[in-house]
This record gives sequence, C-alpha cells and structure tokens, in this order.
Amino acid sequence: MSNTAFVSIGDLRRGRQALSPVAQILETAASGGCSTSGGEGKASCGSSGGPDDMPAEIWEKVKNHPCYSEEAHHHYARMHVAVAPACNIQCNYCNRKYDCSNESRPGVVSQKLTPDQAVKKVVAVASEIPQMTVLGIAGPGDALANPKKTFDTFRMLQEQAPDIKLCLSTNGLALPQMVDEICKYNIDHVTITINMVDPEVGAKIYPWIFWEHRRVTGIEAATILHKQQMLGLEMLTARGVLTKINSVLIPGINDEHLYEVNREVKKRGAFLHNIMPLISEAEHGTVFGLTGQRGPSAQELKAVQDACMGGANLMRHCRQCRADAVGLLGEDRSDEFTLDKIDAMEVVYDLDKRRAYQEKVEVERAAQHEAKLAALDAVQDDDGVDADMKVLVAVATEGHGKVNQHFGHATEFQIFEVSKAEALFVGHRRVDLYCQGGYGEDEQLPSIVGAINDCHAVLVSKIGACPRDELKAAGIEPVDAYAHEFIEKAALSWFADYRERIARGEISHEPRGDARIRQGAFTAAA
Amino acid sequence: MALKIIASMCTACSACEPECPNVAIREKGGTFIIDPAKCTECEGHFDAPQCIAVCPVDGCIKKV
Repeated sequence: MSNTAFVSIGDLRRGRQALSPVAQILETAASGGCSTSGGEGKASCGSSGGPDDMPAEIWEKVKNHPCYSEEAHHHYARMHVAVAPACNIQCNYCNRKYDCSNESRPGVVSQKLTPDQAVKKVVAVASEIPQMTVLGIAGPGDALANPKKTFDTFRMLQEQAPDIKLCLSTNGLALPQMVDEICKYNIDHVTITINMVDPEVGAKIYPWIFWEHRRVTGIEAATILHKQQMLGLEMLTARGVLTKINSVLIPGINDEHLYEVNREVKKRGAFLHNIMPLISEAEHGTVFGLTGQRGPSAQELKAVQDACMGGANLMRHCRQCRADAVGLLGEDRSDEFTLDKIDAMEVVYDLDKRRAYQEKVEVERAAQHEAKLAALDAVQDDDGVDADMKVLVAVATEGHGKVNQHFGHATEFQIFEVSKAEALFVGHRRVDLYCQGGYGEDEQLPSIVGAINDCHAVLVSKIGACPRDELKAAGIEPVDAYAHEFIEKAALSWFADYRERIARGEISHEPRGDARIRQGAFTAAA
Repeated sequence: MALKIIASMCTACSACEPECPNVAIREKGGTFIIDPAKCTECEGHFDAPQCIAVCPVDGCIKKV
C-alpha cells in the first residue's frame, strides 16, 4: 500500500456524511485536495460532478458518456453490439448458455452480429437517436477474447461515424497484450471487471481461466487473473485511458473485500468504481444460482457503496444492461433495430443534425444545474429540525433529468438521498410495470412497494387514486406536486416541505426499512 | 481419432474456433462443428485438446 491517499474534496465531503469506517480511515489519511496522482494528470473528482469538479480534458471525455457521468446518463444514450461471444474465463455468476447474467446479459434471444452487421446497426441507430453518443463492446463474452471482431468493428466505425465514442469492457485477462491496440482506436474508456485482489477470494468466484493454451484452475488461476488485471489497469492509466472498475457484490464472498478492491484500483488510477449486486436466480443456471448464493439487499449494497465512497469515484447508475442494449440507461430499444428492420431503414448519417441536438441537450443540462443550486439555497434555513437528516426518495423519470413519468408507467425508479447538503443519486430500482393497458395491476403494487420500501417519498408526474392510498398505507408519500421539474430541484423542494411539516408538528420523522433488489437485468420495455 | 461438438449443447460462442491448431473447427447451421479428418485431438501440439479446455460448457465436446 502506498502512503498517499487518493481522496478528492468532493469525495471527502460525501464520505463524511456517510460516516463509514473506510471513509473515516481514508479521511484521516487524506492530505486533501483533488488528487491528480495515477498518471496523465487524471484527477479523481466525482463522477456525479459537473464541469466545475474536474479538469477540462477529463470533463470533455466523460460529459457525453452515460456510463461515466451520472449527469450525462439522463440525457445521452449508449448502445452495445454483441460481436464478441467468446470468453477466456469462467465465472460462477455466469452461465454461458444464458450468457452472463451479471455483466452484460444478452439473454438467449439476442442476435450475435458480425462486425459488418454491427457497424450497419450502429449507423442506423445513431441516425435515428441523435443522443446516442457511445458505442460499447461488452460481450456477450469478453471483448478482448475476440480481438479481431472487436477491433474490426472499431476500425470501421471510426471511419463511418467518427463522432461516436468507443469503449469496451473486459475481464482483464488479455488486457496487457491489447493495450497498444486499444490506444490505436482512440478508445477513451475501458471497463474492467475486478471482483477481488486476493486470489483466495478469487478462487471462490472463478473456477477456471484459459491461459497459455491450458485450462488453469483454483488459486493459480485467480493469481494469474489478478496480476493481469492490475497490470492492465496500470498500463491504461499510464496512457491516459479512463477506466471503470465493475465489481459484483457477492455476500459472504467478497462484500467486505470490496473495500480493499476499491483501495487497490484507486491506487492504480481507476476513474470510477461500479459496485453491482449479484444476480443469481436458479433458472439462470449459474453456479451461484444453483448453490443458492444470494444477492445483496438494497441496503447491503448501499452500505458497501457508501463505505467505498472515500476511495474511488463511485458509479451508482449502472443498469447492468445487456450486451446488445440500445438507448438511455434503463431503457432498451434494441427491438427497434433488429437486422431485418435495419435492412428496411433508409439511413442517412447526418453529423450536423446530431451536433445540433446535442447542443440543445447542453442548454437543458445547464438549466438543470441552475435549478439544483437554487433549490439547495432554499433548504439552508435553520428550521429546528435535525440538520443531519437524510432520507431517500424514489423518482419516476423518462429522462432529461426531470420528474416526468406516470407512476403506472415506471419500469424503474431512480433513488436520491436528500439532505440539506445535496440531492445525491444513489441508485435505481427495477420494478414491474404497474399500469398495463390503462388498468393498475394490484398484484404488482406490493413488489413496487418492496423495491422502494427504504424511501420516504416517491416523486411522479401523476399517480392514480388506488396506488396513492396503498403507498400511503405503506408509509411512502406519493408526490405529484413537482411534475415536470428537474429531479434535484423537485427532491430538495419536497425535502424542504417535509422538514417544514415536521417543524410544525404535523408529522413525525420515522426511519424506513430495507428494500429488495429485483433479480434479472432489464430485458425490454414492456 | 477425433473430437465432436454436441450441437445441442453448443452455445456458438466461437471460443474454440481460433484455438484449434489444425483449423478443423467452423460454424455450420448456428453451432460449430469439428472436421474429423483434420482433428488430431491436439496431439503433438498441446498437452490437452484446446477446444475442450476453452469450451464453457462441460461435456459439450467428446471423443468419437
């Protein structure tokens, strides 16, 4: 371990609120200031931050990338093309028959694409969806275990759609050998899945790897994988490529260990750490699914994420999307772009139209930022209510950073932790659609309540009388007073109102319980 | 002496194809097949058959 702490002011501020043991240790060790260690002047100031929080060249790289910037994910879309089916390792949370349930879950129905088909699809989608700014290769296997298919796709895209950012995700085993090739294609963003930094832990997650023409198992396999992951990460950092580290939180196997993973990857210059819940259903046929290894609850996940906040910037808006997903995070429009539909489309790649749209988005984002600052000012008055109070609110949104979705139309809720200091995005919860064909489905409501049971309020554009009453009965306040306002402003305004009602003695503040993480990745817009 | 891919178990992930030292593996009808005339079970090349070592589905590739 190095003696240097890699903690930014922004992280410290949030870490103090979380008051987690790891954050406290890091806080004590921190020398303060925005860390620029880790090579190439790359600073480590909040992924949830805006242009003021990081150097201009980093902001340029992340501002339109929905996976690397929480703010961007409200406005920009990504797509994955499934050109890389082969994998060079086996993970206990992954069944290759169903493909990987945790990382890039393509399911059995998705179409594998050749590089030519993939490029055609990307150009078609980009013409149709101007906010699509990022193309990733995330499997269904490992992008770097299929180097020819992956890099052929990148090469052709660079020629035909030069404004689209390219990124890939990998388990890291083949990464060191591929770093030079990655840099050739101007790939700014690489995601590495790192679930352990201790081979003893790794042996419980990875049954084998394919390495130098051999199947290697046990501690030996995990040791090789670990060394390759760390070396690959260091090499990317040295070349100024932004890295996101994905970690699958497996209760009882690597939950506490992820604090150490967080420290080690941050030390090597990782830009972002994304801690995701294990998905393990018996029907997926994964080893963990079959042995009954459970995933974490919402509060268990949040506890580990909070404890890691002092280490690397934390990503909480990951939707664990499919390897062929298309659209904003949380939505999937891949059905609109199947191969036969693309063939029938008339595709004109209009760079100017795309730029014009993206300029409009920037104006909207600036307005969102202003609204947040104004609302923050408004909650600063001393009202005699506990100044450190923090509550979670669920938000129904269709994008653009606004509270603009009907309760019955929501397939996920975004979760914000609201305090006097901020409205911080802390995650999202998938739910089954409540409203189907105009009628509320009463059997769906308990599962929605279960998914947001740790929240004090749910902000929506509209909500029917029935679910309104049932939410109230469950202790969750349905709120439609802030319809079509920016999310942070709405959340902070509701919070100010909530505190006023407490101050007036109308209501009393009660703690909420835990919530359930819905199993199974997002598959299609119902 | 040759190996065979059980088509019903093959996920068509293509991992085996580039590993074969004899270029005996190709895609056919949505899954992969081994040309028995070319397959040597990797004898003389490697300690173990490469396709079996890299295949994610245990039992998918068998001796015939």
